[in-house]
Parts: sequence; structure tokens; C-alpha cells
Amino acid sequence: MDLVTPGIGLIFWSTITFILLLWLLKRFAWKPILGAVKSREESIKNALSAAEDAKKEMQNLTADSEKLLKEARAEREAMLKEAREIREKIVADAKERAEAEGDKMIKQAQATIESEKKAAVADIKSQVAELSVAIAEKVIKEKFSDKAKQLELVDTMLGEVKLN
Amino acid sequence: MHGNFEVDQCGLKAMCMSVQKTVKVLLAAIMLALVPNTGAAATSDPANASEEKEFNPAELAMEHVLDAHEWHLADYSGHSVSIPLPIILWDNGLKVFMSSAFDHGHSVVESGGSHYVIEHETIYKTDAGGTLTYDEAGHPTNEKPLDFSITKNVASMFLSVLLLLGIFIGAARSYSGANVPRGIASFMEPLIVFVRDDIAKNNIGEAKYRKFLPYLLTVFFFIWINNLIGLLPIPPGGGANVTGNIAVTMVLAIFTFILTNIYGNKDYWKHIFWMPGVPVAVKPLLAIVEFLGIFTKPFALMIRLFANITAGHIIILSLISLIFIFETEWASIASVPFVIFMSCIELLVALLQAYIFTLLSALFIGLAVQEHEHH
Repeated sequence: MDLVTPGIGLIFWSTITFILLLWLLKRFAWKPILGAVKSREESIKNALSAAEDAKKEMQNLTADSEKLLKEARAEREAMLKEAREIREKIVADAKERAEAEGDKMIKQAQATIESEKKAAVADIKSQVAELSVAIAEKVIKEKFSDKAKQLELVDTMLGEVKLN
Repeated sequence: MHGNFEVDQCGLKAMCMSVQKTVKVLLAAIMLALVPNTGAAATSDPANASEEKEFNPAELAMEHVLDAHEWHLADYSGHSVSIPLPIILWDNGLKVFMSSAFDHGHSVVESGGSHYVIEHETIYKTDAGGTLTYDEAGHPTNEKPLDFSITKNVASMFLSVLLLLGIFIGAARSYSGANVPRGIASFMEPLIVFVRDDIAKNNIGEAKYRKFLPYLLTVFFFIWINNLIGLLPIPPGGGANVTGNIAVTMVLAIFTFILTNIYGNKDYWKHIFWMPGVPVAVKPLLAIVEFLGIFTKPFALMIRLFANITAGHIIILSLISLIFIFETEWASIASVPFVIFMSCIELLVALLQAYIFTLLSALFIGLAVQEHEHH
């Protein structure tokens, strides 16, 4: 049976051929091809993880900017509030001061009026005194001359005073 | 003989033969093809006896499946058209001459003081007259020199190696610079990655597959390319049947055998000679079975590849032979579609057998090198 009897020649040549082929392909084909495939797979993996990182960073950035925006909004809010408060305070202060000033002025005015009044009263008093002294003088003069006349004088003078 | 009986029945009415008959003839032809050369040659058919040389499909199939010392291309008006190949003999020294010196087996060749003849592709030592003595079975009893000739299969294998080197070194070149496959590499890369991931990594394991990957890749593509070349009707194919030759499959199986047993770890040998986890009484019995398994596994590898490829060739040749068996070109109406169908199947088988051989090699190596969890 030639079919199932391995021939020595073919065994010899196929052993040599296969070993040589294995060596040549290992050195010149499998090593560079597998190396290239592997490095490409790694670069794809790296690229994917880089993309993932970039995505994360992007998300972080968005979150950051949102945070910033929120902060800015809050700050603006705070500033507006403060401004409003300040305005209100200023207005209140001004009002208070105006009131105080007004009061003070009124008081001053009142004091002036009072003092003017006093001065006027004092003046009247002094005038009345002078007048009284002058009347008393005339009365005394008249008394010494005519009693009737003196009384008349007093009456006239008193009438004059009333006219005043 | 069955084939001849069928020929009588059908004769020239081949055109109208039923499908059933076709199948019967097909089976007969295959059976014929499997009968050894000498047995099938005889005939009692008077119609064909007058012909000078009767067509023998078994002989044809065997001629194509077996190795040869010349690359026979065609017969033209009674002359063989063939490419002569170098004959290398070791017989008390190296003898080298071309196969054309045998004149297709008609001449005695004198080389270095010795005479040689070739009969049925075996070279015998003889005298100047070319005398051969035969035993009772009809085989020559003459001394045979060690034959290291570059036969048809060796030549075809060399061509396949050139092709493989061309394809894969070319593919490797295309990666230089950019890491992107171009041309043939973009076709081969998925296959290489398939062998790496689905054959080597899956069966040997992430940790150890790298060491065996070059072997597995080489075996895969060597078998595949040679299977495909074997299907070609012209050189580098043209009757060469490298992976359907038991010597070649034996060498490949021996490589797997050597790798498995050289790299087999302590656990591997322990599982062969003293299987853990079974009763002590069973252990020696299992040891015998497992020890035989060391040899039967590569033996099965050798037989599987050889038988599958050879069977495929024989079926295709038998189908073509139908045309000559019926002696009418009308038989080609049935035979040619069958041949095309079978050739398509063989294309699949070429890849499948390369895959199976590589997968099983990886599996055996994987079993030998894997770290077992201790039970």
C-alpha cells in the first residue's frame, strides 16, 4: 500500500522544508506582523482611553463653567441685594438726618421765639416801668397843685395806657 | 470490477441514466478508486478487451494521489508530457540525475557504477539489463536505494513555501511605516488574528500562547496553502497532493507531538501516569490508556488530514473518470456539475482541515502546558 506508507524522501524534505519555513516566517513575517497588530491594538486602546479621558475632562469643564456661572449669578444677586440695602440705608439715614435737622431748626426757632418773646416782655416791662415812673412823676406833680386835676390826669394817662 | 459491471449496464445510454444510477455509479467509482492498483486492473469485459489500453479510473486516481518522480502534465498522442525532476539516491554515495533519464520507466539508468529502474514510482537497483525479480504478490524483490528525490510533492511543497514566504513577508513589509495593513496584509491579518485569538489564546491561555503562536500560524497557512495548491489542475498543483501524503502529515503531526511532550509540565505527566482524583485501582489502567493517548492524538492528526485531502482528490478524480468510463462526452452533463460542487466543498475542506489541525495542535499543547487547579 503505497498510499499509507510514508516515503523516507518526503519525510526528509518536508521536515527540512517545514523547519526552514517556520524559521523564516517567524523571523520575517510573524514577528513584524504580530508586532504591528499588537502595537496598533495598543494604540487603539490608548486612543479610546484618551477619548474617554477627554470626555471626562470635558464634563468636568462643563461642570466647572456651570459652577462658575452659578457663582457669578449668586454674586450678582448678592451685590444687588447689598446695593438695595445700602440705598435703603442711605435713604433712611437721610430721612433721619433731615428729621433731626428739622427738629433742631424748629427747636432753634422756638428758642429764638421764646427769647424774642422774653426780650419783648422785658422791653414792655421796662417801658411800663418807665411809663409808670413818668406817670408817677406827673401824678406827684399834679397832686401838689390841684387834687382834682391830679385825678383827672391819672385817668387820662391810664386811658392812654389802655390805648397803647 | 463493480465499475465495469455498471459500464455494461449503462453503456452509451448514459444520457438518460437516472439519478439513482448516477449515485450507484458514483459509489462504484469511489469503491474502485479505493481498491489497490493491481486488483482493479483485470477485466473480463469482451467489449473493452480489444482496446490496447483500457481506461482504469483506480489507476488514474492513484497516479494523481500518490507521489511521482516526474511532474506529469498530460498525455499527447501516446507521449507523456512531463517536467523532469531531480532524482537523488543514497546508495553507497550520493547519486543525482534527472528523472527524464528513466524515459517514463522505459530505460535503465546507470549512475556511479550502479543501475536503476523505476516501477510504480519506486526505484530499484538492478543490473545493466534492468532485470527485476518478483515475489508471489507481484512486487519486485530487488534492493531499493534510499530515495531522497525531489519528487512532484517535494517540488510542489517548495513552490508553496516560496508562495507562503512571498505572501507573508510581503504582508509584513506593508506594515512598515504606518501600522495599517495594505494589500494582501489586509486579507491575511484577520486570519492571523483569528489564529492568535481563537486558536492559540483560547486553547493555550493568555500566559503561554506566545511561544507556540509562530508554529500554529505556520502550520495553519502551510496546510491551507498546500490544500489549495492540491486543488489546482496545473503546477504548482497539477496532481501534487502534498497534504494528502501521509509522509507530510506525519511530519506535521510529529512536530505537534514533540512540542506537546517537550513543553508538557509536571501536571501533564502526572495526569498521564498517576491520574489524580480517581481510585488507586483505576490509576494503572488509566495510565496505560493515557500513555497510548500520547501517541494516538498526533496519529489521529496525521490520519485526519491525510484521509480528508486524499478522499477529496479521489472523489473529484472519480467524478471526472465517469466521462471516460461511459466513453461519452454526455456523461459530463452529470459529472461536471458534480465536480464543480465537490471542488467548492474541497475549497471549504481545505480551510477547515487547516483549522482543525491547528486547533487540535493548540488544544494538545494547551492541555500539556496548562496549570491545573489542584483537586
